Amino acid sequence: MTATTSRRIVAIDGAVGQSPNRPDGIPKLRGEFEFAQDLRAEGMLWAATVRSPHPRARISSIDVAPALAVGGVHACLTADDVPGRATFGLEHPDQPVLAGEEVRFWGEPVAVVAAEDEVTARHAAGLVEVGYEILDPLTDPAEADRRDEVFRRMRIRRGDQTARGAVVVEGSYQVGMQDQAPLGTEAGLAIPDGHGGVDLYATSQFVHIDQEQVVASLGLRPDQVRSHPTGIGGAFGAREDVNLHIHLCMLALHTGKPVKMVYHRSESFAGHVHRHPAWLRYRHEADADGRLVRVEAEVLIDGGAYASTTSAVLANACYFAVGPYRCDSVAVDGVGARTNNPPCGAMRGFGAVQVCFAYETQMDRLAAALDMDPLDLRERNALGTGDPMPTTGQVIETPLPTADVIRSLRAMPLPEADPGPHHSYLPGGSGLTTEPGQVRRGVGYAFGIKNLGFSEGSDDYAQARVRLSGEGAVVETAAIEVGQGLVTVLAQIARSALGISRVEVVHVDTSRIDSAGSTSASRQSQVSGGATLEAATRLRRRILARHDGDDLDDEGVWRGESLLVPWSSLADEDWTETVTFRHPPTTEPDENGQGVVHADFAVAGHRAVVDVDVELGLVKVIRVDTAQDVGLALNPASVRGQIEGGILQGVGLAVMEELVVKDGVMLNATFTDYLLPTILDAPEVEALLIERPGSWGPYGAKGVGEPPTISSTAAVVAAIRAASGKELNRVPVRPQDIALP
Amino acid sequence: MEIVHPTSVKEALAGLTEGVTPLAGGTDLMVEVNFGHVRPDQVVGLRRIAELKEWEGARIGSGVTWRRIEQDGPKALAEAARTVGSPQIRNAGTIGGNLGTASPAGDGHPFLAAVDATIELASTTGIRSLPWAEFFLGVKETARRDDELITAVELPQSLPERQAFAKIGVRNAMVIATVCAVVTRADDGRVTVALGSVAPTPIRARRAEAMISSITSPKDTDLAEFQRLVSEEVRPITDHRSTEEYRRHGAGVLARRLLERCLR
Amino acid sequence: MIVEFTVNGEQVSARVTFPGSLLDLLRDDLGLPGSKDACEQGECGSCSVMLDGELVCSCLVMAADVAGSSVTTVEGVGSEETLHPVQEAMHQAGAVQCGFCTPGFVVAAADLFARNPHPSLTEIKEALAGNICRCTGYGAILRALERIATGSAR
Repeated sequence: MTATTSRRIVAIDGAVGQSPNRPDGIPKLRGEFEFAQDLRAEGMLWAATVRSPHPRARISSIDVAPALAVGGVHACLTADDVPGRATFGLEHPDQPVLAGEEVRFWGEPVAVVAAEDEVTARHAAGLVEVGYEILDPLTDPAEADRRDEVFRRMRIRRGDQTARGAVVVEGSYQVGMQDQAPLGTEAGLAIPDGHGGVDLYATSQFVHIDQEQVVASLGLRPDQVRSHPTGIGGAFGAREDVNLHIHLCMLALHTGKPVKMVYHRSESFAGHVHRHPAWLRYRHEADADGRLVRVEAEVLIDGGAYASTTSAVLANACYFAVGPYRCDSVAVDGVGARTNNPPCGAMRGFGAVQVCFAYETQMDRLAAALDMDPLDLRERNALGTGDPMPTTGQVIETPLPTADVIRSLRAMPLPEADPGPHHSYLPGGSGLTTEPGQVRRGVGYAFGIKNLGFSEGSDDYAQARVRLSGEGAVVETAAIEVGQGLVTVLAQIARSALGISRVEVVHVDTSRIDSAGSTSASRQSQVSGGATLEAATRLRRRILARHDGDDLDDEGVWRGESLLVPWSSLADEDWTETVTFRHPPTTEPDENGQGVVHADFAVAGHRAVVDVDVELGLVKVIRVDTAQDVGLALNPASVRGQIEGGILQGVGLAVMEELVVKDGVMLNATFTDYLLPTILDAPEVEALLIERPGSWGPYGAKGVGEPPTISSTAAVVAAIRAASGKELNRVPVRPQDIALP
Repeated sequence: MEIVHPTSVKEALAGLTEGVTPLAGGTDLMVEVNFGHVRPDQVVGLRRIAELKEWEGARIGSGVTWRRIEQDGPKALAEAARTVGSPQIRNAGTIGGNLGTASPAGDGHPFLAAVDATIELASTTGIRSLPWAEFFLGVKETARRDDELITAVELPQSLPERQAFAKIGVRNAMVIATVCAVVTRADDGRVTVALGSVAPTPIRARRAEAMISSITSPKDTDLAEFQRLVSEEVRPITDHRSTEEYRRHGAGVLARRLLERCLR
Repeated sequence: MIVEFTVNGEQVSARVTFPGSLLDLLRDDLGLPGSKDACEQGECGSCSVMLDGELVCSCLVMAADVAGSSVTTVEGVGSEETLHPVQEAMHQAGAVQCGFCTPGFVVAAADLFARNPHPSLTEIKEALAGNICRCTGYGAILRALERIATGSAR
C-alpha cells in the first residue's frame, strides 16, 4: 500500500521529507499564539473547583450558601445540578462529574463555582461547606487485587506452557507514578449559544470524545454542543480525559454567560490522570545459546479510583510484556487495580514503558547468566517482519527492523565523552557535590516496542478535508496539534499529494468535521495523515480529470507545456474532498489474549551514558543515543524534536520524576517538588532514523511520538547499574537506592 | 494604603507595625500569595530602599540579591548563592528575604552558621544584632518581631580562606536542598561545619568540629570519623524529598568532601 | 489601587488587584497574555519578564510593587516588523513545539545575549536553567542559541 514517491515531492517547497518551519512558530515566539489559558469573552465569568481533601469519604452534606453569599458569585453547582448522565469516562463512564455520595480520591471535584473574577471564584470555592465522613481508603493495589477490586484482568497464554530453558532469571520490578506535566495546565472557556447549546474551547487531545461526554452529561442533543480545537500547552496523554469540560458547560448554561476556568499547577496534578505505577514479576528462560524459550510475567498496575484508560493500558502492558523479541512460550497475567489513589490513564508510552523497564533489565540479567554480550542476546532474539508477536501471536506484516535498530545503535560511535570538568556536567550540578574523580561512568542499552494506533478492535478512524481556496489549498481537521507538529506535517502531505506549495491547515470544530480520533498512540501522522493524503490525492485526480490536464502546480492545471486553467479560475469552483481513513482492522483478543490486536508497531533502542557519584547516589545522564524505526521521516526536524523530547521524559522517569502518594494523598503536587529535568539535566542526543517505508501510514511513515520514551528509561537505569553495581529494580532511581546498602 | 514604598529604612520602620508584611524580592511571599496560603493586608515594599542594598566589607545589606552575592560574595557564600533557585530567582531574591523566610532548606543559612554571622534587626526603638543561633528558632520561625526589619548580615571581619559549600539535590539546577553544608578551616586548623535541611534550623556539628580541629593533618581515618560524627549529629526527617537515613549519610559525606577541599 | 509604570516602553496606569502578581496584571488587565502561567511559584520561567533591567519571574512580582518601574515582556522583544535574533534562530531551528515555555525562553535568552553576546554552551545552559521545557528536550533550543553565540545564525 505504499504510495509512490514522485519527483514532485522533492520539487515542492515544504513537501514530505523536508523540515519546513512551523506555521505557528512565529506567533508562539512573539507571545501572540492563543492558548486556552488566554481566551476571553465579553461578560465572562471565572470558575473554580471545590476538591476533596480526603482520598475516601462519604459526603454527608454540601452547603453552597456561604459561597453564594459572596458578592460577585453567580453559581455554585454540585452533583444534584448535573442535568444528564451523572458520570463520564473515556472507556467506561464511571467517574462522577461531581462527587455526590462519596469521594474516591484526593482532589476529586465536589462542586464548581462561577464568579465575576478568578480571585472571588477561588475564595468562594473555599467557603463551600462539605461534610465528610472519612472512610478508610484502599491504597494498596495488591490488596485491591485480593479483594477483586479491579478494572480488568488480562490473561495471555501462547505456545507450549511446559517449555523450559536451561538458563533462568527471575526478578521483581517497580515503576513509580509519573506525571505528564504539560506546561500549560487545564484551561477552557465555554460560551452559551443563546439557544440552549454551548461552544467549548478547552485543552484537549480529542475534541469529539469531549463533545460526546458533554452531550451526555448535559442531556443535550449532539448538535447543541460544539467542541473547538484550541491552543494547548502540551499533552502527553493528560488531555484525553474530560476534567473541566463538563463543569464549564454546566456553568455556562446555568448562568447564561461565558465561563472560563484555568487550573493552578497543584490542581492540574490532581485534575488529570497519570502514568500508572506498576509492579512487575518476571521469569525468563533461555536455552544455552541464548534463545528465549519461555517468558512469564505478572503485571500489576494501579488504576486509582476511576477507570479512565486503565483497561487499555493494562492490555498494552501485557501485549508488550516480552518486548521486541521472539518467544514461543509465553504466559502473562495482568491486573488493573481499582484503589483510592489518584486515577491513572494515558501517558506517552501507554503501558509499554513500565514493562520495558522490567523486560530489558531481565534481558541484561539473562545475558549475564549466559555470559553473553547483552546486545548479541537481543539480536539473536530480535523480532521482525513475518514473526508472530510473542504474546498475541499476531504475524507482523509491516516492516519491523528490530535487528537493524540493534545493529545500528551498536555501530553508532560512542564518543570518549569527557564532558569537561565544569560542574554543570557532573552529578550534583551547581550543588558542587562531586568532583571528576568521584564519578564512575556507565553505559547501558535498552530496546522497546509499541503499537501505533488504536487496538483491540476499536474503529480507529480520522476524517480530513482538503479543499481549494483562493490562495491554495486548505486541510481541515479536528486532530489536535499538541506541539508535535501535526500542523506542519499535514500541510506537507497535502503539498506532496496535490503538487502545490500553498497549503494551510485549519482546525475546525466538532460540528464541521467528523472525528480525527485522539492525538495519542503515536497515530495522527498515520491516521489523519492518511486521510489527508487520500483526500488530496483524490482532489488532484478529479481536478486533472475535469480539465483533462496532466499536471497541477501553483500556477494551475497544465497539459504538456501549456497552462490550461490558471489558479485564479480553478479556485472559482468548489473543490472539496472529505476522506475518512481507517487503518487495517484489528480484533479483540480471545480468552488467551490471542488475535490480530494491533494495527502497526514500531521499535526503538537507546544507549545511555551516565556518570554516577556512587557514594552520594547522584547521577548525570551525559548522553542518550538512539536508533528509531520511523518508516519514513515526513519531517526530519519534527521527528528529532519528538525524539529529544521523548528521551528527556524517559530520563525524568529514570532519575527524578515521581508523584509521591502516601495513604492516597499526593505529597509533591507542585513544580518545586515534582522535578522536571532542566536544560542542565538534558543529555546530548544523537539520533539515527531507521527508514523502512512500508507501513500503511502516508508514504510508509510510522508514528514517532512514543518510542523515544519507552526504552530510554531502561537504558539510563542499565547505565547506572553498570556504573554502580547496584540492582536498581525500581524507577525512578533515588539517591538512597544507589548510595545506601 | 495596601502597599507603601519607603525609600529609607527609617521610613520603612515607621510603617512596619503589627500585621504589616515586609516584601523584599517576593520570591517566597508571592508563592504563598499565589497559592492562597497568605493574604497580606498591608505590605511594605523594600525594593526602593538604597540603604538595604549597601554592601560594605563584612556588612551585607539585607536587600542584596543572590545575583550580586553569586558574583561578589565570599567563596562559600557565592557557591551557595549560585544554587538559589534559578537566574530569575537570584535576580529578585535577597539574603534578607532568605532569612525572613527561614526555611530549613535555606541555601544561604549554613554559611552564616559556619562563620558565626550576626543578623541585624532594626525597629523604631533601636537596632539589635543577634547571633545566627539566636535568630533561627524553628521551621520558618525566627526571633524577628513584627515591628522589626532585617537590615543586614554581619560577617566576621576576617573569614577563613579555606571554605566550601555544597548541596545535594536530585536535579542539576533549581532544586531544594536535600542536604547542604559549609565547611571552613582556619589557618590554625580550627574547622567549622554547618548544615542545612537536616534539622528545623541550620545547625553546627560541634562534636565533629572539635574532634577534627584538634588534628593538625587529618588522615583518612580521621576524615572517616569526622564523617561519622557529622552523620550522628544531624537531626533529619523523612519526607517526600528524601529519607532520614539518606540525609544522615549525605550530611556526613558532604562534610567530609568539603573538609577535603579545605585541606588541599 | 492604581499603579503607574512602563510596559514595553509605554507608560501605563493600571488598576491593580492587591496582592496579585504582575503576571496576572499583564495577562488579565493589560492585554499582554504572552507571559505564561505554568507553576505560580517561580519554578518554570514561563512568565519571565525584564523588571528594571533584571530577568525575573513575573508571577513572583507583586503587581502593586512595580510602581515607577519599567517592565519588558515577550511582546516587547523584537519589533512589529522584525523578529529578535533569538526568535528568528529558534524559529529556524525548530525550537518551538507546544510553545507554552517559548515566551519565557525568548525573554531569558534575549537577556543573556544582551549581557553576553558570545556565551559558551555552558553559559547558555546556566542562563536558561530556570526555564522548563517539557516538549523539546532542549536540543533544538540549544542549537538555535549556539548559532547566535557563534555568529552562524541566519
